Amino acid sequence: MSTPLPEQRTSIPVPGALERFAHSWKSAALTLVIGILLLAGLPYALDDFALVQATVYAVMALLAVSLGFVWGFGGILCFGQSAFFGLGAYTYAIAVTNLGDSTVPLLLSIVLPAAFAAVLGYLIFYGRLSDVYMGVITLTVTLILFNVVNSTAGPEWKIGHAPLGGFNGIPNIAPLNMPGNVDDVIGPRGMFELTVGALLVVYLLLRALLAVKLGRVIVACKENEQRVALLGYDSRAYKLFAFVLAAGIAGLAGCLFANWGAFTSPTIFGLAQSAQIIIWVIVGGLGTLVGPIVGSIAIQWLTTQIGTQQAINSNLVLGAILVVFVLMVPKGIVPSVGQLGVRLLKALRRGGRGSLAASNETAVQRAHSAAPAAEPGASRSAPDSSRKEAA
Amino acid sequence: MDLAVIVLIQVLYAIASLVVVSAGLAVVFGMMKVINLAHGEFMMLGAYAAIESVRVGINLWVAMLIVAPLSVAAIGVLLERVFIRRLYGRMIDTMLATWGLSLLLIGIVTSVMGNTTAGISAPLGNFTVGAYSVSSYTLVIIVIAIVLAVALRWVLLHTSLGLIARGTMQNPQMADALGINPSLVYSATFALGAGLSGLAGALLAPMTGVVPTMGGAFVAKAFITVIGGGPAIVAGLISSSALFGAISQVATFAMTPVFGEVALLAGAIVMLRLLPQGITGRFFKGAL
Amino acid sequence: MDRRSFIKTSAITLAAGSAGTLPFAAAAADEILVGSIIDMSGGLDIYGKPMTDCMTLAVEEWNAQGGLLGKKLRLLNYDPQSSMQLYTQFAQQAALKDKVAVVHGGITSASREVMRPVLDRYRTLYFYNTQYEGGVCDRDTFCTGVTPGQTVAKLIPYAMKKWGKKVYVVAADYNYGQITSQWVKKFVQENGGSIASIDFFPLDVTNFGSTISKIEAAKPDMLVSALVGGSHMSFYRQWAAAGLHKKIPLASTTFAGGNEQIVLSPDECDGFLVSYNYFENLDNPTNKAFKDRFHKRFGADYPNITELAMGTYQGFNLWATAVKKAGTLDRTKVIDALESGISIDAPSGKVAVDAATHHCVLNVSIAEVRNHKLNIVQTFDAQPPSDTSAVCNLIKNPRDNQQYVIKL
Repeated sequence: MSTPLPEQRTSIPVPGALERFAHSWKSAALTLVIGILLLAGLPYALDDFALVQATVYAVMALLAVSLGFVWGFGGILCFGQSAFFGLGAYTYAIAVTNLGDSTVPLLLSIVLPAAFAAVLGYLIFYGRLSDVYMGVITLTVTLILFNVVNSTAGPEWKIGHAPLGGFNGIPNIAPLNMPGNVDDVIGPRGMFELTVGALLVVYLLLRALLAVKLGRVIVACKENEQRVALLGYDSRAYKLFAFVLAAGIAGLAGCLFANWGAFTSPTIFGLAQSAQIIIWVIVGGLGTLVGPIVGSIAIQWLTTQIGTQQAINSNLVLGAILVVFVLMVPKGIVPSVGQLGVRLLKALRRGGRGSLAASNETAVQRAHSAAPAAEPGASRSAPDSSRKEAA
Repeated sequence: MDLAVIVLIQVLYAIASLVVVSAGLAVVFGMMKVINLAHGEFMMLGAYAAIESVRVGINLWVAMLIVAPLSVAAIGVLLERVFIRRLYGRMIDTMLATWGLSLLLIGIVTSVMGNTTAGISAPLGNFTVGAYSVSSYTLVIIVIAIVLAVALRWVLLHTSLGLIARGTMQNPQMADALGINPSLVYSATFALGAGLSGLAGALLAPMTGVVPTMGGAFVAKAFITVIGGGPAIVAGLISSSALFGAISQVATFAMTPVFGEVALLAGAIVMLRLLPQGITGRFFKGAL
Repeated sequence: MDRRSFIKTSAITLAAGSAGTLPFAAAAADEILVGSIIDMSGGLDIYGKPMTDCMTLAVEEWNAQGGLLGKKLRLLNYDPQSSMQLYTQFAQQAALKDKVAVVHGGITSASREVMRPVLDRYRTLYFYNTQYEGGVCDRDTFCTGVTPGQTVAKLIPYAMKKWGKKVYVVAADYNYGQITSQWVKKFVQENGGSIASIDFFPLDVTNFGSTISKIEAAKPDMLVSALVGGSHMSFYRQWAAAGLHKKIPLASTTFAGGNEQIVLSPDECDGFLVSYNYFENLDNPTNKAFKDRFHKRFGADYPNITELAMGTYQGFNLWATAVKKAGTLDRTKVIDALESGISIDAPSGKVAVDAATHHCVLNVSIAEVRNHKLNIVQTFDAQPPSDTSAVCNLIKNPRDNQQYVIKL
């Protein structure tokens, strides 16, 4: 939000129709309905291969949602979300190799990354580190994990029965089974239903969280941390909670990923993977929960398609698309689609009611969403810079 | 005794390569606050420019020190005018755009140059210290890093160009009111940063394999160095390169290169925990 | 952000999306689909491009002669971009969606071990055509590349006789490097030598300064390198920059696989010894004819036809020959045909399938790097895959499915 110019100070920015819709239960319901329809319908519409593909898209969507939540709503740019993703995958792989039954490994793959995030988050938030430095630390952590795990190729590196495998990773990971019955393993269809189901449950959970006080305080911490502190909340604790929750979700995604591919390797911790998650969230729309889902599926699908053609180098195509994208659709897919929808509705309604009222509303909206003068140094708006000084 | 000298030389070399690799990013990110994820690819372009010029017959030193930085600076100006200037102030969008740019550059270079290119070997041979022999080129890099740091500081502090650049970054409207064209300054600064990255790539080309994907290895370290350095550009660059270079090389000698990497990263975390604003947020305050 | 630019964007994205979709439609009735999963981008692309070129040539040659079983062959190229996830995805796609008759692919041993279970599960024949560390014992997989029992077994004694008995080993830190270094150790010790040290380096390490000092301190008679990939090329650069290439000779099990001898200058790598199945200057009529066809197709200035590329060409020809003999694409019948004693007359000499191990009996040559070229110094005919034979017998145990690792 920009500091209002003098002549506008009298008008308090009113959330537009789109914002109201996005925050209400109606958008959540819409998304859930679409999700449930897909969950029920796709296994019948798609063949086994396409279903397996859809499963990995859903897993990555879950990962993207975790970052979308902690960044878009918590204001925490975690450059190393892949660390928790990888920890979840490796925890599941090692635990299931050692324990056999998959129920405890599944739980461990959520709890362990969350615990790790708790320690890391404590160091970061209670040390009052701000955005960029936070980003660097999380990036550093994931790179450390990458370097360490990558060097474990020798046979002496094993936890229990499970060799870590270094660069090769851990192949042939046993899939999830019904709790208690080791032989009743999950098949492609079950995997799909479980993953999409988990995605929908997490989405619902996060939407509910954002609607209650806890979630509102987290969002407030992103908007203006100083004000939150002055109102009597310990912003560090709330941010830590958001961070840990996101890590747990990423860990779950990691476990599901290890199941999908039946392997895990150190590249899961690498720079490329962490950058990918950020790209998905940006492309889909930062500040929404549906955005990261759409963004991750779009980019992944694109990457796969580009990989199966020979004519042009894959990097070239993907890079060109991203660059064009950022110039044309800066807010991301979902907000842009939402705005388009609003405009269409307005155009339809303009036939029914007076055009004056409608054009006044659009003038106010246009005014308060105008960007400040483009300068390289002014990368933060007023509220955030006050937060930095308080640090 | 010989080993001590060798370790010292290697440590200085590690520091020098960090300085050289991060200088371009220090300018672009430190001054302009543009998160340039394509920094590694600028380096790669510089390396290729150097190699191609040598292949055409240009003297190696001219190719490395003049042709490479100038050509990458020119590319930088072009990119700044077409893309980057639309994204000032939008940190997130610059991340996405520069990531896309890095992929694009890798793709273009791969399509044009292919994956197998003639490289250049390190010039100047080697010299011996007791039982060990060391490449003389490492000394060259150390010297160039020192010259670079001094020159950068001198330009920023003692020339009117540097003053204009710093002033414009601090307060563009005032600079504009004083008759300076901010967009020209932005282009020039970005070009300087790009040129420095190109120089780094060209200098490191004889020591590392030059492939289109070589940039990825340097981006993370460059960012960590620049951000760890803090607000001052040159002082931060030197101090954090010194710290991280020393840690990583000593750890490498003690164990393995991987351990050296991990030590550098862990050191960065510890340092940021102790000095949340970077090194020059606390020490050398007020220096450039 | 207005409607116009949004529509423009969607149009662009849609166009880009559909342009990217190759119509991998279901095979027409008169077509046979062949899947090739080889990295054309990412860190391993230096290996992948020549391999794909040889694959393309091989398919075109068979099509020019009327195809296979009366049908045309169509090559589906997947580029996993050096990513394990994409290897898995493309293996699944090739097996389940495109339903190819065979998959040729995988460069690193890591990628092979990721694809093998997937292709086994979905019952698709898999050919791994790259030189590797040996030991894979799997009825549905054929490994047509050389293994340490064939190359290292000959390279080490030759090098030790030439240079000396104290050996220092540097290797890539993943299963290939780990296992190959054990084989090197075995052959060094069998020939009365000693190992000074074995050092491992992850694939992205580029800074070898301290390692080089350590090697100097150990004063070995020779260095054996099992380094892999574009980043490890910097080792050879830094080795030469420190002047050590003149002091300590080097033998390698991986050098030249990515045409390093062309990228590096002669001063940096002359005198290196390598050992492979195929070298461009092998003197036999099949090789000469092959080179003529290859250069006509891809240009006379093609850098070098690598060992891995030839492995791919030979692997494809083995498969096609077996299909022709079996008269059908049915996987079990093709496997039976392959086990019945198929051999082809390839540019590297005679290549025969060893039924018990699903590996190949291959000619092996030792070559020296000289002036951007590889000059053969000695050739050994018909080397059996002794390392895998020692542990794997698929005729006795057809259900065996694992990779055996050497234990010293």
